[in-house]
Formats: sequence, C-alpha cells, structure tokens
Amino acid sequence: MRFVDEYRREADAQKLVRAIEKLVTRPWTIMEICGGQTHNLIKFGIDRLLPSSITLVHGPGCPVCVTPLELIDKAICIAQQPNVIFTSFGDMLRVPGSASDLLSARAQGADVRMVYSPLDALALAQKHPEREVVFFAVGFETTAPGNAMAVWQAKQLGLRNFSILCAHVLVPPAMRAILDSPDNHIQAFLAAGHVCTVMGTREYEPIAERYRIPIVVTGFEPLDLLQGLHMALKALEEGRWGVEIQYTRSVTPDGNVAARQLMHQVFEVCDRQWRGIGLIPASGYRLRPAWADFDAEQRFDLSGVVAQESSVCIAGQILQGLKKPPQCPAFGTQCTPEHPLGAPMVSSEGACAAYYQYGQHS
Amino acid sequence: MAGSLQCPIPISDYPVVTLAHGGGGRLSQMLIERLFVPTFANAALEALHDGAILELEGARLAFSTDSFTVSPLFFPGGDIGSLAIHGTVNDLAMCGAWPLALAAGFILEEGLPMEDLWRIVLSMQRAAAEVGVPVVTGDTKVVERGKGDGIFINTTGLGVIPPGVHIAPQRAAPGDIVLINGPIAEHGIAVMSQREGLAFETELVSDSAPLADLVARVLEVGGSRVHVLRDPTRGGVASALNEIAAKACVGIRLEEERIPIGDAVRGACEILGLDPLYVANEGKCIAIVAPETADGVLEAMRAHPRGVHATPIGEVVNEHPGKVFMRSRIGGLRVVDMLSGEQLPRIC
Repeated sequence: MRFVDEYRREADAQKLVRAIEKLVTRPWTIMEICGGQTHNLIKFGIDRLLPSSITLVHGPGCPVCVTPLELIDKAICIAQQPNVIFTSFGDMLRVPGSASDLLSARAQGADVRMVYSPLDALALAQKHPEREVVFFAVGFETTAPGNAMAVWQAKQLGLRNFSILCAHVLVPPAMRAILDSPDNHIQAFLAAGHVCTVMGTREYEPIAERYRIPIVVTGFEPLDLLQGLHMALKALEEGRWGVEIQYTRSVTPDGNVAARQLMHQVFEVCDRQWRGIGLIPASGYRLRPAWADFDAEQRFDLSGVVAQESSVCIAGQILQGLKKPPQCPAFGTQCTPEHPLGAPMVSSEGACAAYYQYGQHS
Repeated sequence: MAGSLQCPIPISDYPVVTLAHGGGGRLSQMLIERLFVPTFANAALEALHDGAILELEGARLAFSTDSFTVSPLFFPGGDIGSLAIHGTVNDLAMCGAWPLALAAGFILEEGLPMEDLWRIVLSMQRAAAEVGVPVVTGDTKVVERGKGDGIFINTTGLGVIPPGVHIAPQRAAPGDIVLINGPIAEHGIAVMSQREGLAFETELVSDSAPLADLVARVLEVGGSRVHVLRDPTRGGVASALNEIAAKACVGIRLEEERIPIGDAVRGACEILGLDPLYVANEGKCIAIVAPETADGVLEAMRAHPRGVHATPIGEVVNEHPGKVFMRSRIGGLRVVDMLSGEQLPRIC
C-alpha cells in the first residue's frame, strides 16, 4: 500500500538500526512527545531493536491522558442532562472520571455518540434542532483547526444548539515545563510531526536555543521514528542543538498558515490544568469571548462538579517522563484497561496502555 | 460457584452491562468464564468451543447457537439473514461438523418494514440452500417499537462430526502451522463503514460466507492432523489465537508480513487507527494443523473458492505459553494481547 509500505521496509529499518548502533558512544535519554509515536515504537518493536544505552521516555502528547479529570467529570455531567446529545472522539469514551466514564454514562441512558470529526457533531446539531449537541473538543494543536472550523461554521449557519467543551492543550509550554523540572533528564526531543504540520517549527527554536537541546520534528511510521532518532542521536553525539525536521513530507517551518489564522480567530491562549501534571501557564486554548455562545461551560450549569483523583496512580510522573509504566505499583494489577485508574491506561495513545497491550506487563 | 446467590461479577466493578461485555474481548470472556460457565457447569459447556460436542449412540454431534444483532441490517456483502445462517453453520464447521439442521428465532421490532423482513428471510433461505442445510423449526416474537433494533435473529444448529476428526483448542501443539483461508478484517470494516457513514474510495465488502464445504475439504486431506479450527469473528484473529494459546498452554508466533489483508481494508484501518487483527471476520477460518499435513491442507484450501488466498501466518511454539507474539514488518517483536473491549477509533 502506497504511503505506508515504503515506511515499513525491514531492510531500511535494519540499516537505520545499524547506523544508530554505530553512532552511539554513550547513554542518551530521548523523549518522544506524541502518544502516537509511543504506540508505534512499541507496536513495531522498535524499542527492542535499539541499543540498550538509549532510553526512550514517553512524553505528555496524549490528549486523552492530559485532559483534566474535572473536564471529564463535566463532560459526563453534560451528557447526563436531558435533551443533550454528547459527541466525542472514540478514545475519550472510556477515560475514567472521578466516579464514571462516558461509556458507562451511555450504558445508563445518556445519549453519548462517537463521531469521527467535529463536523459530524455539527451535522447532528443541524439534524436535531430541538436537541443540544455538545462536542468534546480535546487535543493538541492537531485537532484545534477542525474544532475551530466547526465553531466557525456553526456561527455561519446560525446554529443555536451546538457547543464545544473545550480542553485544548499546547505542546511547547509542556516541553518547557518538563525542561524546567529539577528532575529533568531528557536530552533530546522527537517533536510531533502532525502538531508541527499545523504550527510549523518556529516556536520550537527558542526552546532549542534556551535549553541547548536537539528537537527533531518526527513522523509516525517506523522508518520516520528510526530516522528521527538517528538525527537526534547524531546531534547529541556531535554536541549540537537546534530544530531539525525529519517529517519533511508534511512539515514546513511556517506550518499551515490558513489553519492557524482560523484557530487564532476562534481561540485564545489560556492557562490550563494538565491531568497528572498540574497547572501550566499559557498552555491551552479556550474560546474567545466573541464565541462564548458556543462554549458548553457557559451554556450548562456545572457548578456541582468536584473532581477526585486516584491516590495510587502515578500518571503525572509518567506523562512527565519521570517514571515508566511498570514502575507504578498499580500497573497491571489494580490498574488494567478494564479498570483504569488513570487515563494513560485507557487511551490508545497512553503509555500505560501501550505497555500493557504490547506485552510488557509480565 | 453454582447455586451461590452472590453475583460472581462484582457489582461495584460493573453495576450494569456495558457494550464491552459483548465485544468479544476480555470482558466478554469474563462474563462467560465467571458467570455463565460456573453456573451451568457441565463437561460439554466447559470445553468452551464454538459449539458443544455430544455423544449419542456412537455418533458425535455438534450443537451450537448464536444470536445476531447488526446495524445496519443490510451491508455490502450480506445482511443479518445471511449472517445468521453463515454464523451458525461456521460454528458447527469449527467443531469439524457437517450441518444437519438449523432452527431460527426472530425477535422483530414493531414497525419493521415487511419488505425488509421478506428480504432477510429470502436471504436466509438462499444462504441455507447454498450449504444444503434445512431450517427445520423456529420461533417469532414481536417487541414494542423502540425495544429492539429492527430485528434480532437467533440460529441454532445441529451437525455431525465424521469419524477420525478431533477438533479442540487444546490440541494445538508446538510445531503446528497456523493457516488462514484469506484476507482478514473485511466484515468488521464493511459494517463499520456503512454504520458510521464513512465513505472510502473503494467499496468495502463483508467476507460473510459459509465455511462448511471448505472445512470438509480440509478434513478430507488433514483428518486427525487438523488440530484446531476457529472462525475469528468478534475480537478478530488476535482474540481467537489468544484463546487457543491459553487453552492449549502453548505460544503462538505470527509473522505480520504474512497476514493477508486487502489494501482497502488496510487503508481504512490505518485511517481509523484500528488494528485489523482485532476486527471481525465472518468468512474466515483459522486452521492449526500438524506440520506434515500443512502443505496438503493449504493446497486443499487454495483449490476451494473460499480459500483462494489461503496462507500460513505463523506457528505454534513452546516459548511464552498462553501468549501470542508477532514479528513486525520491520523485524521487531511484540505481544498481541486480548482487547478489553471494542476498539475505538483514535483522536489523531
């Protein structure tokens, strides 16, 4: 299959693995930002092909994992109200809130529907003018353009029954938070190719300069990941830092200008709580006041929602790369995909789920 | 556990049934193993095969039942009627049995167009005629509007197992070859693309088909050296192989490169972030056979219209008992685990 097979050729992968082996003279620790990268590293067994001196640390780039508990609880609260159709991407449905999750809310009668795009939610709002249709707008800069477009179109169409529960988060502030941590041991980043397809790479340059760290914007296929790792390791071995693009078939330094303009029109930067990590200043998007009519938090009374996090789960340390899933006392015992204590066990991009599913739990 | 008044599935964990309990993964297994089997405890049930095997005056009969709920009722490559016949015929075939007779139960929702019911019944008739199995008894109930999804069908089948045939998951042995009769994940993706209104450039067609004749050919060639047969329906190839590995206490090693999958299905899975190994099939048969008969069985499969693309996909090994491993396309190794519920498409 075109655009897939050429990035999964064994001979090329082995060539890159050998080049990495030849290149590396000492231990290095590299963080891949995005959960999609984490999954493919483990799914294709790349972690087991690399020299043991290289430690891969899984980053916070899983929107499902970092969406704060309080917003999950708010989502469930909205979904349970009569007359609401609550729509969400599939992998948010199983994420545990304080007491329940959206799938359980559905089993108990809430009208929760899985959609593939915020525009599908918009179509539902048009089809059911008598119902309130709410879309759970989670994600990094990758999903923000689509969500901005849905809100923009809702306004053009004059829809009064469509709103989003906005939980957008941004990558660069999270990278800064990780690098500022006194426990930080990350020496290079694989930045997320899809995020940079939208945002470009310019905002990463000051980070690379200030922290003197190599940042390689990397794709998601096995050869992308191996090549991104090779580029990062080469920079580390040569003592260089700066921003490089591995994912050149999609990423340019300026990104997608039209998408960014629309995002800027609809969203503004705000402080945001990250699940397991805490408040990171200027790390999220919320709707601008001019778009408040489409803000589910304004349309519904959510004053009764109080979030309560599990005390055992170490999701925060995992998302910051301080610990790996098997180091959690609950991993694979109290916390499994059937009984997740924290979001990284549930999301298809979550590090704990990746370790569990691809067999590192026993 | 039998006779106990306490529900074996802690109420605190699952106060209500969720869709994942029917997804064919870990939660479905929990319902079966912790609630149903210990309650109805008996040897035929405890074999946990696709059907029960009963001995009657020297003859061995396979007895199987399956209920069908599918939305939409009509999908490319089939409908709930043909699916209901194929499903039970195939469950019997996976016991090594030739189907003798079927029973059909219908639960109809008030308001179902008579035209739809007629199409479904005709489709069942055609599917049964293709196999040559009569539908000999049945039942009909109608529920109020809103209490059913148009139509639910249950089919139950009785089949006879030829002498010398012994199919059981426990018979998978190290050295055995794992064969499949063609490309995977077609049914699940076809139904999903219809249900969710996903438009792909190529039409995705369900593989729903009866496998009795194919299995008969396989057994003619392989006989008692055919150890396990399994149709990887809900939960897909991954769940079926995990169940076999666990029951036989053997490891199974797959080669990703060898697993047949059509480009359209593979593309849809890539786009949706689904792993085809966990997607349902309705016309596929996994055969685990002794190595000395693998070539012969493969040839028999390929000579049959339902097995033209048959291929070996892996082998049974001594290592990692109870687990399924796969060598990825790029040479890495990973575990292929059971899923806990249904796969959900990803955000990005």
